[in-house]
This record gives sequence, C-alpha cells and structure tokens, in this order.
Amino acid sequence: MPVMTYREAVAQALREALDEDPRVFLMGEDIGPYGGAFAVTKGFWDQYGQERIKDSPLSESVIVGAGVGAAMAGLRPIVELMTINFSLLAMDQIVNHAAKIRYMSGDQFSVPLVIRTVTGGGASVAATHSQSFEGWFASVPGLKVVVPSTPRDALGLFRTVRDLEDPVIFIEHILLYGTHGEVPDNGYKIPLGKAEVTRAGSDVTIVSFSRMAQVSLEAAEELAQEGIQAEVIDLRTLRPLDADTMVESVQKTHRAVVVEEASGLGGFGGEIASQLQERAFDYLDAPVRRVSGEEVPIPYSRPLELLAIPDAHKVAQAVREAINR
Amino acid sequence: MAIAEQQRLGKTELLGFYRMMRLIREFERECERQYTRGNIRGFLHVYTGEEAIAVGAISALKPEDYVVTHYRDHGHALARGLSPNAVMAELFGKATGCSKGKGGSMHLFDASKNFMGGYAIVGGQLPIATGLALASQQKGEARISLCFMGDGALNEGEFHESMNLAAVWNLPVIFFCENNLYGMGAPSATTLAVHQQMYKLAEAYGIPGHRVDGNDVLAVHELMRELHQYVSTGNGPVFVEAQTYRLQGHSIADPANYRPAEEVEYWRSRDPIPRFQQWLMAEGLASEEEIAQIDAAVDEEVVAAAEYADSSPFPEPADLYRGVYQD
Ligand SMILES: Cc1ncc(C[n+]2csc(CCOP(=O)(O)OP(=O)(O)O)c2C)c(N)n1
Ligand SMILES: [Mg+2]
Repeated sequence: MPVMTYREAVAQALREALDEDPRVFLMGEDIGPYGGAFAVTKGFWDQYGQERIKDSPLSESVIVGAGVGAAMAGLRPIVELMTINFSLLAMDQIVNHAAKIRYMSGDQFSVPLVIRTVTGGGASVAATHSQSFEGWFASVPGLKVVVPSTPRDALGLFRTVRDLEDPVIFIEHILLYGTHGEVPDNGYKIPLGKAEVTRAGSDVTIVSFSRMAQVSLEAAEELAQEGIQAEVIDLRTLRPLDADTMVESVQKTHRAVVVEEASGLGGFGGEIASQLQERAFDYLDAPVRRVSGEEVPIPYSRPLELLAIPDAHKVAQAVREAINR
Repeated sequence: MAIAEQQRLGKTELLGFYRMMRLIREFERECERQYTRGNIRGFLHVYTGEEAIAVGAISALKPEDYVVTHYRDHGHALARGLSPNAVMAELFGKATGCSKGKGGSMHLFDASKNFMGGYAIVGGQLPIATGLALASQQKGEARISLCFMGDGALNEGEFHESMNLAAVWNLPVIFFCENNLYGMGAPSATTLAVHQQMYKLAEAYGIPGHRVDGNDVLAVHELMRELHQYVSTGNGPVFVEAQTYRLQGHSIADPANYRPAEEVEYWRSRDPIPRFQQWLMAEGLASEEEIAQIDAAVDEEVVAAAEYADSSPFPEPADLYRGVYQD
C-alpha cells in the first residue's frame, strides 16, 4: 500500500476534486504562488490557473461568505482558512449564514461549501495561533465537522465531504501534516459519523479525535508494556457524532478516558462523557475520566507549551487512575 | 421626475410602479395590524417611506439576476414578485410561507425568483452577494447580484471586505445602500465618518459611487438601468447611495422619539408614493379613477394575503427537524 504524508493526502484530495468536478474551485489566502501556509496547495496555481485557485485578500469573512454565495449559485467552492484561529473573523459567515441558510430558507437553498482549516497547538506559535476550536463548531446544527487524524482518513473523508450538499468544516491538524501513513489506492471513501476503533483492547476505552487520537495510540503502546490493553477510538467526525461505537466499546471495557486538546471547561470531551454516562452508565466500573488542555492560553516557551497540551504520558496516567480506582 | 424614463417606460410600467409601491405600503400596514393581534411575532421592520427604492431598483433587473437584502426585506420581496400570500404566511409562521415558516420577517427567501434571502446580521449579506457575483463570473454568465443594505452596514467590516474583494476581482455586483439616516436610533452623522457622502466610500476602493434620490422611483429605476448595463458587461462592481427616510420607527416596537419633528415632517412631505401619484396625474398618465382602481385592487390583495396566511396551517412538529441538512 502506498505511504504518504497527511499533507500529501489532503493535496491529493483537493486535486481529485479539481480534476473530477468542474464546479470546484479553491479560494484562500496565499494558496496561489505561495502554495498555502502549510504548503498543501504547492504547485496548484501553475497546474490549475488562477480561475480555479483563487488567491484571495486577507479577508476571512468575505472569503467564507463568497464561498457561501458561490455554493448557493451551484458551484463547489473549497475555502481555506489559513488556521482555525482566523476563523474567528469569519464566524458570522460560518455560523450565522452557512449553517443556517438551508433551514431558514425552508430547504430552498443548499450551501455545498467545504471550509478547510488548521487546528491545534504545539508549533511554538503561542496563544493566538495554537487554539483548538473544533468543539465550538461541533455545537452548531447545520455544520458538519470533520477532524481526520491520519492521511488515509483525510483522503477518504474528503472524498465524502466534497459531494455533500451541506457546509462542512474540515479541520486538519498543524502537527499532523508531516506524519506518514498507508493510503489505499482504491478510491475508497469514509462516511461521516463513523468512528474507528484504531486499536482493540479489553481494559479501557480511550475516545479521542484529531491529533489526540494519535497521542492516545502512543499512550496505549505505553500501557501495553504494563499489561494494560486499551481500546482506542478515533471519532473522525464530531458532527455527526458516532456515539454507538464508543458505547459498544465501553460495554466491553467498562472504563473510559476522553482525550481532547482544547481546554476542558466547556470542551467537546464533556459531551462525550455525558453521552457515555447516559448510554453506558450501567456498564461503567469507574467514572469517565477526561484529559484536556490546561485552562490557560497556550504559552510560547517550549517547556510551558508542553505542559499545556496533553501528551501520551498524561493520557496513560489517566488510564492508570481509571483502572486502579 | 426623470424625463428620459417617462419617455422610455410606457403607461403600464409606470402604473405598475405605483401599484407595487402601494402594495408594499398597504401590505405593511396590514402587517402592523396583524402584529397587534398577535398573528405576527418577533421583530417587524417596515419599509414605509423607502418603497421607491425596491420598486425602482428591482424593476431594472432581469429574472436571472440575484437579489440579496437585509432584514427590512418585505419591500424587496414583493417588488421581486414574491406573492403577498407567501410573504404574509411567512410572517405568520405558517407552513405555506415563502421560507416555510422557518425564517420569519427578516429571512424571506424564494429560489424561484432568485431572491436569495433577507439577512438579519447587519452586513452579513454582503459577502454572500459578492459570492453570487463570483459564481456568475466563474460560470461566464451575465447575471448580476444586487445587494441591498442599510447605512448601518457601512460600519461593518464585512462591507469593507466585500467592497475590496468585488473590486480586486471585478465582480458583477451592485452594492445598494439605503441611506435612511439612522441605524436603529443612531443617526449616521454620529456613527459614520463620511456620512454626508457615503458613496465616496466606494471610491476609496476604486468602485464608482453613485447617489440618487431614493424617494424618486423613476430616478432610481433610470440609474439602475444604466448600472445594470454597466455591471453585466464586465465592468466590475458599483455602489449606490439612495437617500431616503424611514417614516416609521426602526421596528414596530420603536416610537422613534429620538427624531426631531421637523425632520420627520420634511421627509413626510417627500413620501415617494403621493409624490409619484401626483406626478402621474399631473402628466396625464393616470386619472383619479385609475388610481382609485389600483388602490382598491391592492387593498383586496392585501386582505386576501392576510386571509390566506390566517387560514394556512402551521408547520408540523416533525418539520422542526427538516432542512437542517439535506434529507
Ligand atoms: C451585526 C449586527 N449588529 C447589530 C444588530 C442589531 N441591529 C439590527 S438593525 C440595526 C440597525 C441597522 O441600521 P441600518 O443598516 O441603517 O438599516 P435600517 O434599519 O436603517 O434599514 C441594528 C444595530 C444586528 N442585527 N447585526
Ligand atoms: Mg439606516
């Protein structure tokens, strides 16, 4: 099976969309000659030309809004917001408009818009550039929120979202671009709302998404050395949310640890924990534990940044506590 | 009144303008009555005094053009040909409403008329209108996007982002500002740096800015015909400032006590409907009888709309979940 990076997988997904669907065009800041802030669209400008690779001004709101309008008019815009931090300047278009127009119009208009953006910390770019807002978007009915953690998932999920008739926010992780993974070359698609058990285990269920799904796998390795078999679930999409897979797992393991990068208060992990207690309460032998980012803006200084963002040791420690309780 | 337009437009069109302005006015009077009866709820922003803009501007469009507007949208919807029944039913929250009761007064939509919606976040419609124009450009279509906004929208970042993008990408959009001198209770004189020459804001983006008497339906129409020709032939965006006045409060809940009586009086004397009516009669284009006939027909239409809305069913509880996503 071919191996590629997460970056290459996203780039391939975009190329396929451009090659196979003439309605598709890309729009975003410095996605043209510069090749994108994370080099995802490197070479696209030369290959597809400026009509389809629209290098836009620094105007997050109108880029997303123009994507909404173009989508309503029957095109398939794919808008890149350089990072999720800048999505705050486009919140009105994403939340008040993209997510609402189908409903408020009585189902007359579709907004088949894909917004790609980049979440997460750990790149030493400090508080304004290290945030993880995927949970916020997950709280908006009308949006779909996709958070792939591997090259295979990025490609397979993108193939699905580009054909949807509803707005999607496709959230890549800043530290995953350089990671490698096997990617089948059979044109597979991955449906939304289908979590994956990425490691089977019998002692505890770790539920996570985006980069923390990879961190959870590392933690499971560490725990395996101690004879603890953790089952790891990668949600892959937050809205729709596949609660069944995690409930089934907890029915088997009787313990759960929920891991997310954002700080915990008001975080998406709370939703997961809540669904587990509602649907699997009788199976739980210990309270659901949460591992989240610290309740601080992400600091610049490397030793502090490392403390602020969950890592495999923290996850493993939470699992030990859940088990030894 | 603009002479050239009188010569170009026939009597039917001219009386049509009168009828539509009158329809909007009476329709909204009925809305106010229905509001006090509790049939219409929430916000109700009427367009009284500004009717000449919607009628003059939208009549210059082609059916394939896009219309995007703000929350004060009943006039634009009716002028675009949405049925008074469907609009009234929407205000009643009925299943037969133009947005199936999901949008209400501020969010009227009709795909069949390319009426792309009323948007209730000030400035929020501008990026979308810009994107519709982008789609026309991408597809090589001549259809333009007409985007209405209040003067308050000029204070929002989305206005400036949209103007700039439309200019740098040469998009076929008409940004149309209904300058009624107030945003809620705030006079634009206290909120907008160039309040006396709003159209000049456009020039800062290299976009031609025009100003027109928004209470003169023919002047608006004539300008818009020219601009439609200009914008639909690849010349890029334009901006229009129409000077007008909200004869009522911001919404039905607002007595508008903050406005000097002389100011209101001055603008009442410039009410676009009697003004146009007098002109039609002075020019011999309509007799008193003809006017009376139109008025009576409009009244009937409005009564029928209220009856239609009243007798229509509310959405089913199951409709709550329909249309969040594609089925
Ligand atoms: C972003 C935003 N801020 C505030 C409001 C509340 N609001 C509704 S209408 C309005 C005044 C807008 O005035 P203007 O654009 O001049 O339109 P007009 O009502 O005069 O037609 C305000 C402040 C809003 N809807 N959206
Ligand atoms: Mg105003």
